[in-house]
Amino acid sequence: MLSILVLGVLVGPYLWPVAINDIDFAAKLQGPSLAHPLGTDDLGQDLLARMMYGGKISLAVGFAAMLVALTVGVLIGSVAGMSSGWVDAALMWLTDLFLALPTLPLLLLVMYLFRDSVKKVLGVEGGAFVLIVIVIGGLRWMPVARLVRAQFLSLREKEFVEAARALGASKVRQVVQHILPNALGPVIVVGTIDVAAAIIFESTLSFLGLGFPSDVPTWGSMLRDAKDYLDIAAHWALFPGAAIFLTVLAINFVGDGLRDAFDPRRML
Amino acid sequence: MNRQYIIRRLLIAIPSLLGISVILFGILAMAPGDPFEELATNPAIPPEVRMALRAKFGLDDPVWQRYLHWFSAMVQGDWGFSFQSRMDVDRLILQRLPVTLIVIGASQILAISVAIPVGVLAAIKPYSIFDQIASTFAMIGFSLPTFFTGLVLILVFSIQLDWLPFVYRADINAKGWAFYGEHIKQSIMPVVVLGLAQAGTLVRFMRSSVLDVIRLDYVTTARSKGIGERKVIVRHVVRNALIPVVTLIALQLPAVFGGAIVTEQIFRVPGIGSLLIAAIQANDTPVVMGVTFIISCLVVLFNLIADILYGWLDPRISFR
Repeated sequence: MLSILVLGVLVGPYLWPVAINDIDFAAKLQGPSLAHPLGTDDLGQDLLARMMYGGKISLAVGFAAMLVALTVGVLIGSVAGMSSGWVDAALMWLTDLFLALPTLPLLLLVMYLFRDSVKKVLGVEGGAFVLIVIVIGGLRWMPVARLVRAQFLSLREKEFVEAARALGASKVRQVVQHILPNALGPVIVVGTIDVAAAIIFESTLSFLGLGFPSDVPTWGSMLRDAKDYLDIAAHWALFPGAAIFLTVLAINFVGDGLRDAFDPRRML
Repeated sequence: MNRQYIIRRLLIAIPSLLGISVILFGILAMAPGDPFEELATNPAIPPEVRMALRAKFGLDDPVWQRYLHWFSAMVQGDWGFSFQSRMDVDRLILQRLPVTLIVIGASQILAISVAIPVGVLAAIKPYSIFDQIASTFAMIGFSLPTFFTGLVLILVFSIQLDWLPFVYRADINAKGWAFYGEHIKQSIMPVVVLGLAQAGTLVRFMRSSVLDVIRLDYVTTARSKGIGERKVIVRHVVRNALIPVVTLIALQLPAVFGGAIVTEQIFRVPGIGSLLIAAIQANDTPVVMGVTFIISCLVVLFNLIADILYGWLDPRISFR
């Protein structure tokens, strides 16, 4: 399911070479037909082409934000897990503080305040991409950090780490060679679910008009444009909505499967 | 439950509020843009006047001084003036807050009353057909973005069936029961959208929590004493399984407020969420800051309540 979506988004544009911004007023707001398999929007632009373009953006944002979240989370979690005392306490306090922050309002606030200046530096599309990825990633690292810390606390007392320590391995080597690979299982599960969450956040931002600029078709911004035409062109809203839903559902199922595979407590 | 525990929780909440205010102010201070920027391009105003204005409003002070200034103003309830609505920000937020709290409260009640029975029933017979169906639906509910469910509900119930209004109106022309009837009718869809999104997550929590408890020895003891199965589940299992769920509900709150913003925007509910979006579109910075701050405060407050409830439900906590 997920691989079909990824393939469709990556290969699809070559098989369906219709431009995303081909305006054709004669064919506006049409339902699905042979010429336009998913119909057209209010400017007569082909929805299938726009969907594939939007899918590429959504998946890219999802994975990039997950990488940011994992990097920050693993870094903070492992520092907290290896050091005890006040460093650990301070980092965990910071983590709890970020956990209490309401993500969406903060996302909106940051997008609102920084949008214009980042746009100037990195260009319209690139700026929005970098900003969205950093902000979503920067607000999603806390569960990873907690998880990594908990794993570190138990792993660093294990015999094999002690053996490495006795052999004179440095702290960095202990972490990179011995502890981190063993702590990674649950982190991957959380990372998978983070991709889904990041995709939802990105489409929410676009839906509220604060994500990518409005001429870039993402699933969220397509839904936003479509919501005023629900009565005459329902297909326009249904296809991108269903695409978001199916992608997120597929990723969550993968995450669930991975969790079951990694969970030693799993009963019958 | 001892008083010390509550006091300790209260003392922990204060630094987190301070931390949140530092983060919010930091974002604001790092943001580019200068309130007197347009004066710079106005040839009638000499640069010295602009510098004097900056100095008067303290824009050249070091960051920490500006923070203290801003923070003391926030504490005193001076949240600034909304240029868009021509009124004080705190009054504007107070006007909008009750609607949001009612919608969130009703959706939480809906979510809890759906999720607890379903989660318990699914956990009693794990991997049965009911459990499979419930888990699948929970997964679907948890993967559906609120803005899409909202649009689908509008499509089905407002446009196809024409049962429910899709725009929330504050000026209803009716009195007595009809007035309340209209209000309930127009709240159904926002509440259901928000509630179902929550219910999906809650069913999963509840199910795993019951599964953790049902294997414990005291449940076997209760069964072997000959207590009926129904009574064992309701009185012994569910009561203990609910304890962790209370915390998890509190941890979900930031997400609930996020969902509320989207839902209010779709159905045009006049709450603080739609206020936030409208303020962002109108570049009304004092309102944006005020709403973000009040939402953060509410989340900390509800987390505090959950912590205290947790201590009350589980007396073992207090002695730690």
